[in-house]
Amino acid sequence: MQLITCPWCGPREELEFHYGGQAHVAYPEDPQELTDEQWAHFVFFRDNPKGPFPERWVHGAGCRRWFNAVRDTRTYQFLAVYRIGEAQPQIPGATT
Amino acid sequence: MSTTTATAGDPPGADLPEHPDFLWRNPEPKRSYDVVIVGGGGHGLATAHYLVRNHGITNVAVLEKGWLAGGNMARNTTLIRSNYLLDESAFVYEHALKLWEGLEEDLDYPILFSQRGVLNLAHTEQDVRDSVRRVEANRLNGIDAEYLGPDDVAKICPILNVSDDIRYPVLGATYQPRAGIAKHDYVAWGFGRRVDEAGVDLIQDCEVLDFLTEGDVGDGTARVTGIRTSRGDIACGQVALCAAGHTSTLLDRLGVRTPLQSHPLQALVSELLEPVHPTIVMSNAVHVYVSQAHKGELVMGAGVDSYNGYGQRGAFHVIERQMAAAVELFPVFARAHLLRSWAGIVDVTPDASPIVGRTPYANVLVNSGWGTGGFKVTPGLGWCLAHTIATGELHPHIAPFALDRFVTGALVDEHGAAGVAH
Repeated sequence: MQLITCPWCGPREELEFHYGGQAHVAYPEDPQELTDEQWAHFVFFRDNPKGPFPERWVHGAGCRRWFNAVRDTRTYQFLAVYRIGEAQPQIPGATT
Repeated sequence: MSTTTATAGDPPGADLPEHPDFLWRNPEPKRSYDVVIVGGGGHGLATAHYLVRNHGITNVAVLEKGWLAGGNMARNTTLIRSNYLLDESAFVYEHALKLWEGLEEDLDYPILFSQRGVLNLAHTEQDVRDSVRRVEANRLNGIDAEYLGPDDVAKICPILNVSDDIRYPVLGATYQPRAGIAKHDYVAWGFGRRVDEAGVDLIQDCEVLDFLTEGDVGDGTARVTGIRTSRGDIACGQVALCAAGHTSTLLDRLGVRTPLQSHPLQALVSELLEPVHPTIVMSNAVHVYVSQAHKGELVMGAGVDSYNGYGQRGAFHVIERQMAAAVELFPVFARAHLLRSWAGIVDVTPDASPIVGRTPYANVLVNSGWGTGGFKVTPGLGWCLAHTIATGELHPHIAPFALDRFVTGALVDEHGAAGVAH
């Protein structure tokens, strides 16, 4: 178990959090213009990098707020946490 | 291969075979092969085996970045069953189960396949209804299945707590008597020995770094001409990707997107115990599954850790929850010591079904997305993928699992049907 730093509450035990998958997946601006393939990619297809990965977490047992993090999927180490709406910190090798 | 036969009074594990001598060569890669299989685990080795056995194709290399069968093949919980609700899953897993039933003879190697049955527990009224439905679906597909009440469940597994004063009482269970376990390492070694004898090159410590390609994905002419590895470039006729959790990192190299997510899946074993657990018990509601290995360890697993990961370890709180469930269901486990824990990296899809078949590269087949259920399908998948490589026609058992189902509007929700909860 590791400590995850909630941007509002500070470091808390991992079990207080839930995982939300890839971050920065924006809803399509013109949904009616999407092909079936583009819809499928929006709904189902996500990045799966071996390395730094921007993703969403929610502090479910604390402030219950969502935030973003860049975590290394090789080591599970959190490289950065940042609030929704803030720009993704520059992490070498991270997808954007 | 010498085996010993246990007699009454021998300790558990006395009938295990001796450790083998070297079972395969350790060749230098040739410059070119008709078929290159990426991934020297169960699926890659089984595919090579049926290429040889069913189709006479032997100019084959199996590339493994670590050591043979040292990935998920060495890390799974060895359960074998075919009691799936979705017809397409039932067909391919039952095909595999029938092959398991003859695999020891086919490989001429002990794999310790033990058909001790599996109980899938129902803890809620909805569980009960779903379980009865799945039993009937299994029967319609010719798969052995029955629904049992708590008393009959206790007869099959006397150490299971079927009292009604626990948090999630056992209301009943499905039972598949032909389900079982096999000794995973021996399965890999049996396949490895067989294909090596036939001339297949098993190339370990050989990581795929990139692909050499020609043509254009846009007009359907794209092909992979060779594979750049840590041991040099290898030209290939056809390629089969059997790298489980690392499949999407390979496909990233080819610019092919898949809806695969790699997660750690933890398992653990207790110290060696006398035989106490006669069958396999799975519970999705409290999420633990347990069997007892031939040697005596209680082998346990749960669901995947929630986050993406490649680290081959997981979080401790997942183990804590799983142990709490296990001790409530099996009070006799309370004093058992945990011996070791580990994780494999499984590739999970949105519908808990595999992604097998063609890619935008004409000579590249993908075999992925088996999630938490890859071991049990090992011979079945190998059979079907070898058929597809040899004949150019998708085997009917894998045809439903094409990548395009996520685009075409096919049913994409099979977690309940799979009988898994990841």
